[in-house]
Order: sequence, then C-alpha cells, then structure tokens
Amino acid sequence: MPAPTASFSPDRGYRLNPNVALRPEPFGALAYHFGNRRLSFLKDLALVELVEHLGEHPSAREALATLPAAQHEPTLRALAVLAATDMIVPV
Amino acid sequence: MLVEQFKHGLNAPICLTWEWTYACNLACAHCLSSSGRRDPMELSTDEIKSVIDELQRMQVFYINVGGGEPTVRADFWELLDYAIAHQVGVKFSTNGLRITPERARQLAATDYVDVQISLDGATREVNDAVRGPGSYDMAIRAMENLAEAGFENFKISVVMTRQNVSQLDDFAAIADRYGAQLRITRLRPSGRGADVWDELHPTAEQQLELYDWLVGHGERVLTGDSFFHLNALGSEPIPGLNLCGAGRVVCLIDPVGDVYACPFAIHDAFKAGNVRSPGGFAEVWQSSSLFQELRGEQTGGACRSCSAYDVCQGGCMAAKFFTGLPLDGPDPECVKGHGATALAAVDRAALPPQGTDHSHKGPVRSQPVSLGMPALKVSRPDRFCDESPLAGMEAR
Ligand code: SF4
Ligand code: SF4
Repeated sequence: MPAPTASFSPDRGYRLNPNVALRPEPFGALAYHFGNRRLSFLKDLALVELVEHLGEHPSAREALATLPAAQHEPTLRALAVLAATDMIVPV
Repeated sequence: MLVEQFKHGLNAPICLTWEWTYACNLACAHCLSSSGRRDPMELSTDEIKSVIDELQRMQVFYINVGGGEPTVRADFWELLDYAIAHQVGVKFSTNGLRITPERARQLAATDYVDVQISLDGATREVNDAVRGPGSYDMAIRAMENLAEAGFENFKISVVMTRQNVSQLDDFAAIADRYGAQLRITRLRPSGRGADVWDELHPTAEQQLELYDWLVGHGERVLTGDSFFHLNALGSEPIPGLNLCGAGRVVCLIDPVGDVYACPFAIHDAFKAGNVRSPGGFAEVWQSSSLFQELRGEQTGGACRSCSAYDVCQGGCMAAKFFTGLPLDGPDPECVKGHGATALAAVDRAALPPQGTDHSHKGPVRSQPVSLGMPALKVSRPDRFCDESPLAGMEAR
C-alpha cells in the first residue's frame, strides 16, 4: 500500500468524491474513481457505512464517534489512504 | 489479502472482456479466439446496447473490448460512445486498422476510453512472423497517430513468445517513444494459440529471464494475471493479479453473447450461459452453476504439497485444460518442471478441441509467415483484462 501523499487532517470535514461510485460487495464495497480509474476495496462494512455518511459530519474525527475506540486509529489510517487517492475529498 | 475475498467471487466482474466481433482483417498465428470471419449470430447494435445498460446497472465500471478486430464493426464508434455515456468505460484492443489521425484526435478528446495496440515483435521481422505482413507498420502508424493527437498512456500489448522475450527492453523503449504503457501477456494455448504453443511458448530459461525483468521493471509494466505462475521462481511476487480469476472476477462475453469464465477458455466446459437468455448477463454471472463451482474451494491437487503453491496457485486453468493437464495439477509451464513431466504423459490425440473457429478459410493478404517454423495457420491474439484489474488499486 503506498504511503498517503496528500495530507489528511482528521479535524477537517471530508466526503466521498462525487466522481467515485461505491459498489456493494459481500466483504464491503468496491470504490471506483471515474477520474483516475482507480479501484479501491473497502474491506469491511463499517468502513463503507462511515465513508457513505462522512459528509454529514463536521470532521472526520467526529464521524468516528460511532465506532469502538480501538478502531479509531486504523480507520483514520484508512481514511488517510482514501484521501491520498482522491476517493474522499475535503468539503 | 484481497485474493481471499476474490476467491468467492464478486457481485459483478471487474475484469470483463467483451469481444464485439469475430471478424478480423488479420490472421495472427496465435489468435486466442480463432477469429477471422464474422459470425452471422453476432449481437446486434441494440443487443449490445441493452447489455451495456445492464452493465451500468451492475456497476461494471469498465470493460475490455476486443474481437476479432472490434473496429471493423460499422457501429463500433456509436457503441463506444454509448458505453461511455452509460458510465461503462472502455478499453479496446486493436491492431491499429482504424486509428487514423482523425480518430486518434477524437479518442484523445474522449474521457473513459483507453486504446490498446497489439504488437508482438519490437522489430518488423519478429512481429510480422506472427501477426502477418504489414501488421507492424499498421500498429506503429496507429501509435504515431495517437501520440501526435496527445493521447497519453495508451497501452501497447505484447504476447510473450520465444522470439520476443529478448526484445523486452526494446518494447519498453517503443512504449517510451510514444508516451505509452507496456503490457505484456502470456501466450496461452487457446484458440489458434494451441497450434503454435509448442514452438512459441518461452523456454524455461526465458521464463526466468522474463521473471527477472518483471521484478526489475514490473511496477511500470502491466501484466494482468499473466505471470503469477512465475512467482514460484523467487521470493518477490510480480505485481498484478496473483490468482486465476476465471468466473470469480474475470469473464468473457463472446460476439454471439456466450459467456465464458475467461477469454482464454472458449470451450463448452467453461461456458456459463448466454446474455440473450432470460435474466441476461446478470443472471449468468450471479447464478450459473459453472461460476458457482469456480468460486468454491479448489483442491490444489498435486500442487498442494508444493512450497510455492501459495504464490503460484497452480497457475492458469486454461493453459492446463488445453494442454490436456488436470485442472487441479501443475501448470504446463510450472517453473519446478512438473508441467513438462506431466505434458510428456499426455495423449496429444486426445486434447480437447478448441471451442469455436472463425478463422479465415482461404489465404489472407496478411498471412503470417513464421520464422524458421513450419508455415502456421493464420489471425490475431491477445486482449485480456486490459491492465491488471488491480492496477492502481489500494487494498483497504
Ligand atoms: S484461466 Fe488462465 S487466463 Fe483465464 S483467468 Fe485463469 S489464469 Fe487467467
Ligand atoms: S507444482 Fe504447482 S504450485 Fe508448484 S510451482 Fe508448479 S504449478 Fe506452481
């Protein structure tokens, strides 16, 4: 997995890039970016749910509130990668 | 690893090859679909459009269109526009026939389209021996036109043979010259490829050469799922899809609408259904018994005890099938030599016949004349999952 390049800051608001479609899959979802034609795999349903509703929260950190604390760090790392690949964008 | 998720199949394919016609202006010796003549039962313009609608509903975000030579269809450009307008991006494979300066400019100005030019030799001599006289010049002209029009990063697709493994650096240089990306694929004994496989498939030393080259250059070169059987050669896996995705993430729709597990497996044994049947493509993908079976646990058979099984997975199902080897055993090009041993015991007369044959019947203008090989039968090769289905993919 490449290291995130674009800077991601958990205190900003993000949303799913309007250029990205999520396709439900048994394990989570497949995200397709129509602009850069990248595929990403969201490998669990909680992350899919979070990403779908990300835009409704003032910041990425606040969006995590519903998840168990132990998942906050890994989820922030996942979001950082999604931001680096332009799958989610700042609001 | 994602491979685990893939094994049980996805809701829709991510690597869908769709051949729009069996007609072709060329007669390549190793054509995987034995193309040449149009089939009278080919899908009509409206039928293709309705399958595109279905793919849009299933969220199949892009397809690999091939043939035959897809651009010989009179409705090719109309269908291309239709797919793109329905959020189904297209990469199409061509021998360059219709890539004029005007078409190149039109393509360069279109989003969601990618072009893949087939080239099987870095020199005219090596290419034309397999693809036929004039085919090298035609491909190069198409590349010049695309580069001139500012089409960046189109693909140059090469089927690796005994005659061109030594030209890998030259292919990379050609790709650089035109601002293109190199894609190399494996010669499989499919279609007319079965007739030339013995003479043309790379030797064991060449497999090693290829592996080393890929380990050094693999990040910039696309391979799809071509070479995962070579992973057993070393500790470094080659970038790309490292499993047989047939029926799990890969499939083929042929020009008459038949759905096969893989473009290299055009045979009744791998036919899952037809898009014209009630329920259409979605029903075939989701419910065909063949695909269900391919998504189940595979036993691994004789490969199970091999130390390389995890990275090699026993190789390519189609290559095994058409060389008469058991599907749960080693690949014919098994780098541990088990394939060669197994091949020696195969009764050549009992090999499974290829599924369909649309080869030109008479001589063709661009008949290939093989290099130091007996005269070959004739038409055209590769196209497969355009790039790696996982190109640029991030595993989350
Ligand atoms: S049968 Fe061979 S070519 Fe087809 S998906 Fe499997 S490994 Fe790839
Ligand atoms: S024995 Fe099977 S798993 Fe081992 S290298 Fe050969 S094909 Fe691959």
